[in-house]
Amino acid sequence: MSLGWTQHLILVPVVLPLLCGALLIPVNEKRHQLKFIVNLASVLGLLVTAITLVWLTDEGWPDGIGVYLMANWVAPFGIVFLADRLSTLMLLFTALLAGAVLCYSMRSWSRIGVHFHSLFQFLLMGLNGAFLTHDLFNLFVFFEVMLAASYGLLLHGYNPARLRASLHYIAVNLAASLLFLIGVALIYAATGTLNMADLARRLSHISGDGLTLAQIGMTVLALAFLAKSAMWPLGFWLPATYAAASPPVAAMFVLLTKVGIYIVLRLWLLIFANEPPGAAGFDALLWGGLATIAFAAVGMLASETPARQAAYAAMVSSGILLAIIGFGQSSLVPAALFYMLGSTLAIAAFMLLIELVERINRPGAAMLALTMEAFAIDERPEQPVGEGIPATLAFLGLAFIACALIIAGLPPLNGFVAKFSILHGLLHPGPGQTVSPGAMTLIALILVSGLAAIISLLRFGVRTFWAAGVLKPPPLHVTEVAPIGLLLLFSGGFVVQAGPVFEYLHRTADGLQRPAQYIERVLEEPVVPNPLSP
Amino acid sequence: MEMVIALAIGVLFGSGIWLILRPRTFQVIMGFMLMSYAVNLFIFIMGRLWINRPPLTLGPGAPDPVAYADPLPQALVLTAIVIGFATTALYLVLMIGARGITGTDHVDGEEPEQ
Repeated sequence: MSLGWTQHLILVPVVLPLLCGALLIPVNEKRHQLKFIVNLASVLGLLVTAITLVWLTDEGWPDGIGVYLMANWVAPFGIVFLADRLSTLMLLFTALLAGAVLCYSMRSWSRIGVHFHSLFQFLLMGLNGAFLTHDLFNLFVFFEVMLAASYGLLLHGYNPARLRASLHYIAVNLAASLLFLIGVALIYAATGTLNMADLARRLSHISGDGLTLAQIGMTVLALAFLAKSAMWPLGFWLPATYAAASPPVAAMFVLLTKVGIYIVLRLWLLIFANEPPGAAGFDALLWGGLATIAFAAVGMLASETPARQAAYAAMVSSGILLAIIGFGQSSLVPAALFYMLGSTLAIAAFMLLIELVERINRPGAAMLALTMEAFAIDERPEQPVGEGIPATLAFLGLAFIACALIIAGLPPLNGFVAKFSILHGLLHPGPGQTVSPGAMTLIALILVSGLAAIISLLRFGVRTFWAAGVLKPPPLHVTEVAPIGLLLLFSGGFVVQAGPVFEYLHRTADGLQRPAQYIERVLEEPVVPNPLSP
Repeated sequence: MEMVIALAIGVLFGSGIWLILRPRTFQVIMGFMLMSYAVNLFIFIMGRLWINRPPLTLGPGAPDPVAYADPLPQALVLTAIVIGFATTALYLVLMIGARGITGTDHVDGEEPEQ
């Protein structure tokens, strides 16, 4: 028996960007087109792979789980890659966002520094690996790959503000990585395994000192993820960093906070599956999430620049998701996932849109502020003039309104559907249960944060589009407009196809609620027999 | 022996924490290096402390693994050392760049007002 080709697809999202990224390093920076085409081909490949995997996990594979044993080592001893509905959904989502961001950066942003395309590929590799791996230490490795690429990307288009933000960002993440390692080491010491499935199985059998040690390990590990997903008070680094990054990079960074959320969702449901909601771990997440929402809503009202507003909006969405996971109510998971997809796409689109809107007031200002790396650039990227698209102001205004509606959660776009289903889930906790004070606080905070978002975004919109006098339409290029339109279209597409999307997300959440099945699949995955032995 | 190694890790980590809270980038990077040494030692001893037990080598005669030291943390710590080294080197490059551009080695990129 050998592996079918479909099972090898699980490895493609990691191997493809690795190869393309490595391939692009020696290519001269003057060959922008070639680099861009290789990068785009890789992203399209990832997109096709992700779509195939989504289809396979939904219909093809038993239990919606595909397992790939690295180097054919049997489960708890080797590294396991696993594709289920949740991870393939994240892969698809990453590929979509990456495609849009790449198109946006094609014209100017990818040319203002060196190795943008390689770093972009390595970032994708780290992200995809983190979504697929089911081994804690391997997860650390992919996190580091992702972070190392993100350090490089944050510095892309080197200027003093980015340098300063990077110093802080790297310091915070180095400290978080050390915490990650301590957590992993403690968990290994207590349970003797790093495989997530094996870990979940063994945790139910240990007690006494071993359990205490494992719980301390989990807490330290959680601190590392929560720093990434910007839970208050660990998320203080986020607004300055996101505001300093160049727009395409900031759009990708919106996804990085969601990686922390993804890991928390997966580990929490797996490891605390036996504990009742309201256990210590869940409560910490709930109140931490609530504090994050409150902090970020105030931050959004207080921030002057739109980039900081977008950064705080990303924090609000992290906070809402963490609070929902901490709430520990299984019926809320599909709504949370729906909210995550829509809000992330909209915030990323907003990050890209900000630069175009700012061109109204200061044409070319963003470019001029950059320190060019003279050795890499043959010519300054030409200012986009002449070949603009018509009706730019109408486009900017409509796109801004769409972003604002989704971020604030107003009808008719999907932000409303997402928040409505979250509130509905919170108000109907199940037969025989009453709405808890935590739920009431969460509902209030979700509504207040929406209000804060609409006030601060309206203020920016009115000042830019209405109060600025006669506006000179800025020159926009189609490669800059199309990605934003595409992101908003996808985000809006969720509202048109909300029924099928919700059904899919329900199946996703169902898979997460059955850890026993998952443990069995991972640990009993057969190895491929040696073809040489009789 | 447990006490000695626990104290060593504690001293390393404590010094590291103190250093990363200092305002100069050089102090911060030294702090990170000390902390990563402490973490590496910590991972290493998570396979428990053994004396006079060789690492696991499988060969003819298939020895009993119980008589051997746990090899996994040794493998993990190698990976952690390499990754920690790479990220520290990256931070060092950034630090030098920041010193060149801003003309100061303060972590905020500007001298605090006196």
